[in-house]
Amino acid sequence: MITTLPAGSAGMPPSAHPGRFGDGIPAAAAPDGIVEVRGISKTYGGGVEALNNISLTFPEGALTSLLGPSGCGKTTLLKIIAGLVAPTAGEILVKGRRVTGPGPERSFVFQDFALMPWATVLRNAAFGLELRGVARSEREAVAERYIEAVGLKGFEHKYPHELSGGMRQRVGLARALAVNADVVMMDEPFSAVDEQTRRRFQEDLLRLVAQERKTFLFVTHSIEEAVYVSNRIVLLSRRPSRVQRIIEIDLPRDGDPDRIRRHPDYLDTVEDIWQGLRHYVE
Amino acid sequence: MIGTGMNSLSTPPATVARAARFRPLAALVHPLTLRAVSFAIALLAWEIAGRWPVSPSFPPFSETATAFVALLSDGSLLRAFGVTLTPLAIGLAVSGAVGVGIGVAMGLDERVEWFGVPIFIVLQAAPLAALVPILVMAYGIGLLTKVSIVCIMAMPVIVLNSFKAVRHAPRSLIEMGTSFLGTRAQIIRKIILPAATPVIFAGLRLGAAAGFVGAVLAELLVTPTGIGDIITYNQSIADYPKMYAAIAAIIMVSVGFIEILGFVEQRFLRPETRRTA
Repeated sequence: MITTLPAGSAGMPPSAHPGRFGDGIPAAAAPDGIVEVRGISKTYGGGVEALNNISLTFPEGALTSLLGPSGCGKTTLLKIIAGLVAPTAGEILVKGRRVTGPGPERSFVFQDFALMPWATVLRNAAFGLELRGVARSEREAVAERYIEAVGLKGFEHKYPHELSGGMRQRVGLARALAVNADVVMMDEPFSAVDEQTRRRFQEDLLRLVAQERKTFLFVTHSIEEAVYVSNRIVLLSRRPSRVQRIIEIDLPRDGDPDRIRRHPDYLDTVEDIWQGLRHYVE
Repeated sequence: MIGTGMNSLSTPPATVARAARFRPLAALVHPLTLRAVSFAIALLAWEIAGRWPVSPSFPPFSETATAFVALLSDGSLLRAFGVTLTPLAIGLAVSGAVGVGIGVAMGLDERVEWFGVPIFIVLQAAPLAALVPILVMAYGIGLLTKVSIVCIMAMPVIVLNSFKAVRHAPRSLIEMGTSFLGTRAQIIRKIILPAATPVIFAGLRLGAAAGFVGAVLAELLVTPTGIGDIITYNQSIADYPKMYAAIAAIIMVSVGFIEILGFVEQRFLRPETRRTA
């Protein structure tokens, strides 16, 4: 079932996905959503307007994608939510508290992986905990668990340059999961990864999303990727960005991943979004 | 010019990994073989050029090597190194510690940069040998003057490399540190300094080479002591093989020291650049 909401409407709680979330969404799911974007605008130094008065709500426990053409400011919006970039106007609320900088309830997966080349996979994955002052044995135990969860068991003592692009991003994901944040933000995590690896990674991501029961915010420029991994897609228009459409997606995500990619709803949604975006390209 | 010219001294890890399995043909193009061949060609060219009857002041390699053994066996070479290495060691230690400190501070804070960078750019561009007579007038002919000469030769490149290294620490890693709640001190210690290490060490290697130049320069221009004494004395009595042997000896010590610096960096500071078998 695909639902399209008019732009700017208040966020609806995510529809339950039996088989994905098992016993349902945690009761704490606030109807307002875990992340609220209120009237965010961003104008860069040179007068370039990246975002124009964006208001959005991200429901708890779901994976929401920000989808839009290249350079539409979706990464900027994600970094504003992360507290890495200051907005020109507006405010961000995460779990009801105003964002003034990075916080322990949010973690970030970087487009360029941002791994320290001088540190092993284990130290990189544990680095968020290291910065928080968690004792070595404890943080390494946590990191090892997440390294295994992202499928890198046995690579703990390798260095990033010994890994492929896809494996490096898995380390970035393990690092973001290890700090146990409520909101995991991913900035085009698969854009530097080849297509085969990308598909495997997307499938693994779905499994992790189901396991971790966190809120995921996902930036991508790939329509297929957004439809494949998301519970909801926020479609941004070209710069200065506005919210063009919000699309709820409810695909049967348990079972064979290839069935999702052949599912009529999947194909219809991809086509539908493409029809909406194509006039920007032409 | 700030650069990593000394990097060519270290072998790219890939070539070493490739040569790990022994094969007769591969042994011919083994990095060690190639380096030995390169040395052999240079020494052979030296030998031929020395035997060419052009100038008696250019002895062939064989005579220089004999003189080297003579200098070594009568202990004069070691005594000379004891004298030369004192101002050099003090000068390099001061230049390394102070230079890296100033460079890192300039890289971290723009106000320190504006304050300090012009001085070191001027120092780097200036023909510093011209300052030696002034230093002699100011500080006499003692140890202090020689240490100062080593410092003014070695420090600019160390400072400027450290500065650039810190300033060019990858922004995405710093952003990562910020997003995972690192404090400023943590980000400097755990991200910026390790990221800057290779370029800081390139500066230290270039600075060490310049420091050796400074130490010999001091002994040639101020008072002939140590290696400088062997060079000037043997030049004056036309014992050229010994003069060249002394020059070759200081070059070998310089190269050895710079190689040790590279080893220390790989071994202790950037383990991922170590050769992986």
